[in-house]
Amino acid sequence: MGIELLGGRILAPFFGSSVHIWGSIITVFMLSLSLGYLFGGKLSTRSASLATYGTIFFIAAIALLPIALSSQWLMEVIFLNVEDSRYGSLLASMALFFIPTVILGMLSPYSVRLLVTNSNESGQIAGKLYFISTLGSALGTITTSFYLVLWFDINIIIFGFTAALASLGLLAILISKTSRLHKMEQVNG
Amino acid sequence: MVKQLLLGLSFLTLISIVQAQVIHQERSLYRNIIVEDNGDLRCLKFNVRSTKTQQSCFLKSQPQQLVFNYTKLLMTSLLVMPEPKRILIIGLGGGTMSNTLAQLYPQSQIDNVEIDQAVIKVAREYFGFFENSKIKTYNQDGRIFIKRALLKKQQYDWIILDAFNGDYIPEHLMTKEFLQETKVLLSRNGILSANTFSLSELYAHESATYKAVFGDFYQVSNLANSNRIIIVSRDGFAVDSLNKNNIKKINTKLHTYGVDIYSLYHNINFTGTEQSWPKNTRLLTDQFSPVNLLNTQ
Repeated sequence: MGIELLGGRILAPFFGSSVHIWGSIITVFMLSLSLGYLFGGKLSTRSASLATYGTIFFIAAIALLPIALSSQWLMEVIFLNVEDSRYGSLLASMALFFIPTVILGMLSPYSVRLLVTNSNESGQIAGKLYFISTLGSALGTITTSFYLVLWFDINIIIFGFTAALASLGLLAILISKTSRLHKMEQVNG
Repeated sequence: MVKQLLLGLSFLTLISIVQAQVIHQERSLYRNIIVEDNGDLRCLKFNVRSTKTQQSCFLKSQPQQLVFNYTKLLMTSLLVMPEPKRILIIGLGGGTMSNTLAQLYPQSQIDNVEIDQAVIKVAREYFGFFENSKIKTYNQDGRIFIKRALLKKQQYDWIILDAFNGDYIPEHLMTKEFLQETKVLLSRNGILSANTFSLSELYAHESATYKAVFGDFYQVSNLANSNRIIIVSRDGFAVDSLNKNNIKKINTKLHTYGVDIYSLYHNINFTGTEQSWPKNTRLLTDQFSPVNLLNTQ
């Protein structure tokens, strides 16, 4: 949500602040989240592990970087080639936000897979996950729009999100490594 | 004459409290648009409750008279740009500026840019906004219009930025990058006049950004309200850029519109001699532009 909010700011210099800007951004986010859920669910059926989970976080972090690093020339190319700012903004949103949002969307079903151990409590766990992720979206929205934009450059905020995702990913990978070591020790010992 | 007009106006506002009549109201994609008649005075309003709602007013019996303070303030620009041939107006309102300039300079080309189609329609229907082969209107975001105009290598002698109202400021029309784009669009000695704010924390950030792009500038504001007009030049202003020679000629020209150029002349400040914001103020950029947050603080 934090990124979605910044999206309006990032696109405005090239595509304006008309209503269709938000139409483009929200469409692309919804589309990519829906695909992300689908792919994440599929991926979770193949030997799901905390290490893979951490890797998704890490890839998502890397996929965010072009929003800060390549958005200028990308938007310029689109601006020069697409006269209609509706389709221009839609294309630009696609180019910038599609891949990272798909990957971020994969995390939700994958989390369900990792946390659910028996089918009885699956509903409760899914409920808790929705609770946390939607609450997180709400907090991300309000802190970004009320405070972060008042203190930092847009790119700095994006680098912040990237750093947070990457460290969460690394943490997950580390935990899975150490717990595997533990298991091996137990087996060997 | 001025006194009489003021008296008349305050009388009109007085009876307006009793007799304000909404003659047209519509909700556009961007705002509520209200056209209100108060006796002879007709006003365009965006949003009902806010106090800073009036966008454009005119007297039906004397449509030439500039009723609004800031439209008069904008005329100060003529002291540095006496004969604009190509004019770009961003933010149409009731079309008052376009109509006035079309009468003052019938030979000039005027391009109006307005984001809200409904505002264009209301200006045509209720405010006598007129267009012809020289006066055109584009329903587009100002920033996009300017970017496209740059690609077509167009040039303007006078760009008027009148896209801000008290309720919401388009953040991408205040940044350093935006001003740099308008600067390239200006012809030799071309000027940009912005109708903007003199209160809130935004004042310092906005001033610093204009100065960073254009160098020292002139500004006129009126104590009575929170408007200020910033006037910048593509080639920068020297301390004595104000041309006092044509002031008499301009005064005769503007008299019919209720503008007293002499008093405007005495209200002008030059930032080269008097800078009223801290030196280390952060510039507004496409990366950092929390304009609406700053405007409330």
